Amino acid sequence: MITNSAVLSLRDVSKVFPGVKALDNVKLDLYPGEVTALVGENGAGKSTLVKTLTGIYQPDGGELYWKGEPVDISDPEVALQLGITAIHQETVLFGELSVTENIFAGNYLTRGPLRRLDWPAMHQRSREILADIDAPLDPKAQLKGLSIGQKHMVAIARALSVDAQVVILDEPTAALSHHEIEELYGIVERLKKSGKAILFISHKFDEIFTIADRYVVYRDGNFVGEGLISNVNEAELVEMMVARSVSETFPKQTVSIGEPVMTVSNLNHPTEFADINFEVRAGEILGFYGLVGSGRTEIMQALYGLSKAATGDVRIDGKTTQIRSPADAIADGLVYVPEERQQQGAILDLPIFQNISLPQLSKLNPKGVLNEQREYELARAYGERLKVKTSSWDQKVANLSGGNQQKVVIGKWLATQPKVIILDEPTKGIDIGSKAAVHRFMSELVEDGLAVIMVSSELPEVLGMADRIMVMHEGLMVREFSREDATAEAVVAAATGGLAA
Amino acid sequence: MMSAILKNRERFLALVIVVLVLAVGFITPDFLSFTSLVGTFNDTSILMILAMGQMLVILTRCIDLSVAANVALTGMAVGMINAAFPGVPIPLLMLFALVMGAVLGAINGFFVWIVGVPAIVVTLGTMSIYRGSVFLLSDGAWVNAHQMSESFIDLPRQVVLGLPMMSWIAIAIVALLFFASRHWRSGRDFFTAGGDPTAAFYTGVNVGKVQFKAFVVSGTLAGLCGYLWVSRFAVAYVDVANGFELQVVAACVIGGISIMGGIGTVIGCALGALFLGVINNALPVIGVSPFWQMAISGAVIIIAVIANSSAERREGRIILRSAVTARGAQKVEAA
Repeated sequence: MITNSAVLSLRDVSKVFPGVKALDNVKLDLYPGEVTALVGENGAGKSTLVKTLTGIYQPDGGELYWKGEPVDISDPEVALQLGITAIHQETVLFGELSVTENIFAGNYLTRGPLRRLDWPAMHQRSREILADIDAPLDPKAQLKGLSIGQKHMVAIARALSVDAQVVILDEPTAALSHHEIEELYGIVERLKKSGKAILFISHKFDEIFTIADRYVVYRDGNFVGEGLISNVNEAELVEMMVARSVSETFPKQTVSIGEPVMTVSNLNHPTEFADINFEVRAGEILGFYGLVGSGRTEIMQALYGLSKAATGDVRIDGKTTQIRSPADAIADGLVYVPEERQQQGAILDLPIFQNISLPQLSKLNPKGVLNEQREYELARAYGERLKVKTSSWDQKVANLSGGNQQKVVIGKWLATQPKVIILDEPTKGIDIGSKAAVHRFMSELVEDGLAVIMVSSELPEVLGMADRIMVMHEGLMVREFSREDATAEAVVAAATGGLAA
Repeated sequence: MMSAILKNRERFLALVIVVLVLAVGFITPDFLSFTSLVGTFNDTSILMILAMGQMLVILTRCIDLSVAANVALTGMAVGMINAAFPGVPIPLLMLFALVMGAVLGAINGFFVWIVGVPAIVVTLGTMSIYRGSVFLLSDGAWVNAHQMSESFIDLPRQVVLGLPMMSWIAIAIVALLFFASRHWRSGRDFFTAGGDPTAAFYTGVNVGKVQFKAFVVSGTLAGLCGYLWVSRFAVAYVDVANGFELQVVAACVIGGISIMGGIGTVIGCALGALFLGVINNALPVIGVSPFWQMAISGAVIIIAVIANSSAERREGRIILRSAVTARGAQKVEAA
């Protein structure tokens, strides 16, 4: 079954998490000197696969073969020794340590019988690798002082410092600018020529068709198909990915747009963003698009009172507001549904109804004595409205699926009856069915006259749902598109710094 | 000025210690005599050795509250062996103390690594167990000076090149850790595992194992201090070093070891111990009451924690290009 030339092969690999089958009998072959693109929607199992290949997760079933021999990648060190290196989607680096140490941690260069760490050699080598990828950083600089793009270049340098045979790039361009992406293409070309097998994971079809030789498609944790890139076109790939027609339907309703609800002028932050001006109107979905780390989330957190260093003028319903804390923001009618649901959105060990009632416990219980009945009714009202799938409102949020957790978080904030709701990556990491439900729900929100700010890295979502799109690049607002003017190419070009604003 | 000081914890601490010593010397010139200074350093040796072990534990985001009980238990064990078998050579006894301390440390490490119990809970438990074991072992009896052999008591006091052996042992341990923390992978692992456990795991560092190692080192050094303590004070009893673990943790905190893990230096930690040693020795000399000493130590600890936390304050992602260039020149010293 296994092709002799494949350096790394997976057969029937499964990985189960509580409630989710992240990988279900998938296969994969990686060939030396070739780039294999792994394609799939969010939740298709791509990141789980990467973590399985690098020894971070152990598969629950199936076999891995290294050059035809069965292999057990029991921990990340084994992967490193085999010669598998990965640039992970989120940079996992050490903020307190130097650039050099981030590149060599776990794989230090040593000399002498005492195996003394050879810092001069490592600094020298770091300088070479960084120069090679056109990222002239000081090897002795502390990592936490670098920008997010620079950190990403350090992560790439780290992967290149290992003499690997398999290089995995998990959405490597998500945080990179136009210029850096070009650099990365060059690096991939060189790796290919030197006979490395490359697994390239990306959402962006132009990238896939530019650098990949083969493709593999996963959907909902299942293997769907594979082949040579030259034998496939974009429409066919998309159809395999989503198993429905290309024109993904977004439940966007036409809503008459009203008066400005929130006006932000001259919002600044010393290191994260500058000169932010925008307004959002009743009945409008305002999309914020940009690369990972372009400052979108930082702006939203500043508006919500989470960032002390920001300055600027914020008006809600014409009144200047002083938002110093989330409590102020909620009182003024602004709520924020964060990206990291598990860490910031819901208290997983509490039941659904307590999560929903949490922001207004004092309002529901004016005498300071908890009234579970009222909490319960509130939870039922919003839970049912959002169609949260659960056997009871007593269930712990931890026991719900990702999509239903998201609904609980949104329900919690809606129950405060806000004027403006900020949704940060509302559909990140949830399955397709729940995604559609969240989109439908956003449409209902604006119909009710709410103003919605949607931060998203998913272009189809932004193009499909937003009435206006603000594009961020390196902490600045570079362009504004109306729904009619926004094309995928123009929005991406603005977000990657390809176009002068 | 404040920020410049915070960035140079070692230099700042060294400066404070020198100023403190000179100030006390100004009031009581005898304090500046060579004998007195050596005495102060020697009195700090045990604290410094224990702080080295504690530092590794704290770097990996744990804490070892059982060190002082470990000192008491190993100290009692070697004291009793010496009293019963005076013929056992001292190097062998020291080896026994090291191994016994290591085993007590490994018990902590086992529960933290394999069983997954938080370190503060584990060591709070073993602190009581080890302390109670001293009583069980000795039946509450003391081992007094006259029961100990001469060589048992003499070793830490032997003067080599002007310094007592005990001081040399402390200096050697600080030097060894200083070297390891810069030049050995096993030393760097404490910083990576504590700095970001997720990133450490991704780079192939087994965080639990590193924590285990930290506890073993901390226990080993506590075992050594068990012998040093009992021989120096020529007495072993149940309450030896009672509450001393708090001084040890304080020395680390004052020395700039972050309770959140991953941040700190060997020299800073050694200076933190020295600072406490100077306070403990110098203040009585100028007639400051012991209660004031405690208040001063406590205030210093709080100041140190505030300084640590502002040094650790999370940086943003630094997105703006202008912000990147403005901060571009920052360097780290360790590497």
